[in-house]
Amino acid sequence: MTATIDVHGLAKRFGDLQAVRDVSLQVQPGELFGVLGPNGSGKSTTIRMLCGVIDPTAGSGTVLGLDLRRESEAIKRGIGYMTQSFSLYSDLSVGENLRFWSGVHGLGFLRVGDRIREQLARYHLTDRTGQIAGTLSGGWRQRLALACATIHRPQLLVLDEPTAGVDPVSRREFWQLIGSLVRDGTTVLCSTHYMDEAERFDRMAFIFQGRLLGTGTPAELAASAELSVAEGVVAEAADMADRLRTDPRIVEAAVHGRILRVVARDPAALPEGLQPVRTTIEDAFISLSALEPGPRT
Amino acid sequence: MNRLLAVAWKELMHLRRDRLSLAMIVLLPTVQFLVFGFAIDTDVRHVPLAVLDRDVTQESRDLVRRLEATTYYHDIGAVGGYDEANRALREGLVGAVLVIPPDYAAAVAAGQPRSVQLLVDGSDPMTVGSTTGAASGLARSLSEALLHVEVDLRYNPQQISAVYIVPGLVGVILTFTLVLMTALAIAREREHGTIEGLVVSPIRPWELIGGKLAPYVVIGYVQMTLVLGLGSLLFNIHPGPGVVGLYAVALLFIAANLAVGLVFSTIARTQGQAMQLAVFFLLPNILLSGFMFPIAAMPDGIRQATEILPLTHFLRVVRGIVLKGASLTDLWGEIAALAGLLGGLLVLATLRVRKRLA
Repeated sequence: MTATIDVHGLAKRFGDLQAVRDVSLQVQPGELFGVLGPNGSGKSTTIRMLCGVIDPTAGSGTVLGLDLRRESEAIKRGIGYMTQSFSLYSDLSVGENLRFWSGVHGLGFLRVGDRIREQLARYHLTDRTGQIAGTLSGGWRQRLALACATIHRPQLLVLDEPTAGVDPVSRREFWQLIGSLVRDGTTVLCSTHYMDEAERFDRMAFIFQGRLLGTGTPAELAASAELSVAEGVVAEAADMADRLRTDPRIVEAAVHGRILRVVARDPAALPEGLQPVRTTIEDAFISLSALEPGPRT
Repeated sequence: MNRLLAVAWKELMHLRRDRLSLAMIVLLPTVQFLVFGFAIDTDVRHVPLAVLDRDVTQESRDLVRRLEATTYYHDIGAVGGYDEANRALREGLVGAVLVIPPDYAAAVAAGQPRSVQLLVDGSDPMTVGSTTGAASGLARSLSEALLHVEVDLRYNPQQISAVYIVPGLVGVILTFTLVLMTALAIAREREHGTIEGLVVSPIRPWELIGGKLAPYVVIGYVQMTLVLGLGSLLFNIHPGPGVVGLYAVALLFIAANLAVGLVFSTIARTQGQAMQLAVFFLLPNILLSGFMFPIAAMPDGIRQATEILPLTHFLRVVRGIVLKGASLTDLWGEIAALAGLLGGLLVLATLRVRKRLA
């Protein structure tokens, strides 16, 4: 089975700024693949290269079996794309937004056809067909954006920070909708800077300062950092945390109320009396990014 | 092509929701037409005049009456001396003072050359032209000159300003609305972030731009028809059969304006900036294109610079066709210049858009 995304050594330079360097990724069909990194880490640039919008300065590969450089127009036809700005026209109605994107993909825009009715029904928007998109609440706008982005039944759905600035309830609903698309066989590539969303991905990549720090399942990535994490209630937690932070083996010592949580590269560095807990994706990311040379963002 | 139509349809839907812009398409030309057509008259008449009559005879009074009859002067009052005359000019009470010397009647009786003096407020050049022109015209008619020049004023014999202004308005209104609307149309996509989705979509740049501009070509023609229709209705300016050629040449002009708007839209980040750029462009168009002030009167350098404005050439075409009944072959030079400018603007716009979308 050929990979949906298969790229090697992708790099992008904007003038003096090396935005992305040496990124290699393989995403298998039907995967929900996450790209994690802080703002300005090169996530968006990587995604725009994968969508065929900008040419990489170096590297090569295929998306949907199409050459990234030579067949970028065909790639654009095969993918669905949604950003945090949703690309919705707030002065047009729900139906008109769908008709426009239907027209863009050559599926006709003159009337509300079968495909548009399917999308309306799937995203529970039928009753709101005539409503102006700008008057929808955040969650409904997100549904409409997803309905527009998938109107042509793309094999690959690319989401660039789709949940940025969306309330927790809508985020949860959104992931349920994405889950149902994945079950139907759509491959989804999604970038986010919310570490707590990482557990939802089948596999994911860490990006930091334009560099790929690692790829794998959430469990693999957490394990790959080789960390020991422990937490517990201690007296004078803040003082102890300050002391621990001077130890180079300690990645992080955080105080949450009366609870001290310590992340260490060496279990011997952990103080006595704490209970061992699971390593989170966030712990792994902080540890891996701290090992990177160069300025911190 | 289908994608282009989808974009054009979307633009029309935006416009349908935007009542103000929709109203502006019709209101802007109508209001400008009425203001420019009726209010602006470069042929200054009824200049307030004072007379310093130091002769006070039948002959001097006869001269004043004749001057009055030209309708270029009005409210003719008398002043007692030079001091009073100077004060009246300085305070702006009068635009000119006619000084009749004490020996005026005697000179008339003796058949000698006689002279009068006209003190004119020169702070407004437009007034000076009409005032002195009327006076020297009168002087010529009074003297029995040996050389009689018969002037045959063609195309606008009564020198009605509206006849000159109204056809030009077609060009000015098209310039303003089209540049503004195009600049806004793309700036809006950028401001709302919707351009992101379009860039990743299968829409090619030419489909996006063609689809965005197509509705405005139609709007341009609607406005042009409106102004020409009003001119025919209210000022009896009938374009004649040459109007078919005019509509053809207008396509070049409309496209040139859309290209200018497009370039602006690649510079502006917000709709506010796009609006400022459009206004910034409009001012030289009104002042330097020959719409209001003759290009022949402009200094070297500026005169050549006006040739890069599409409006300069379109004005010559529209006035040539509407006022003089010229054919397209008579105007081929202007049409070629317009086509050349359009070509250059299209190259510039394409380069800018390609750079911005990447």
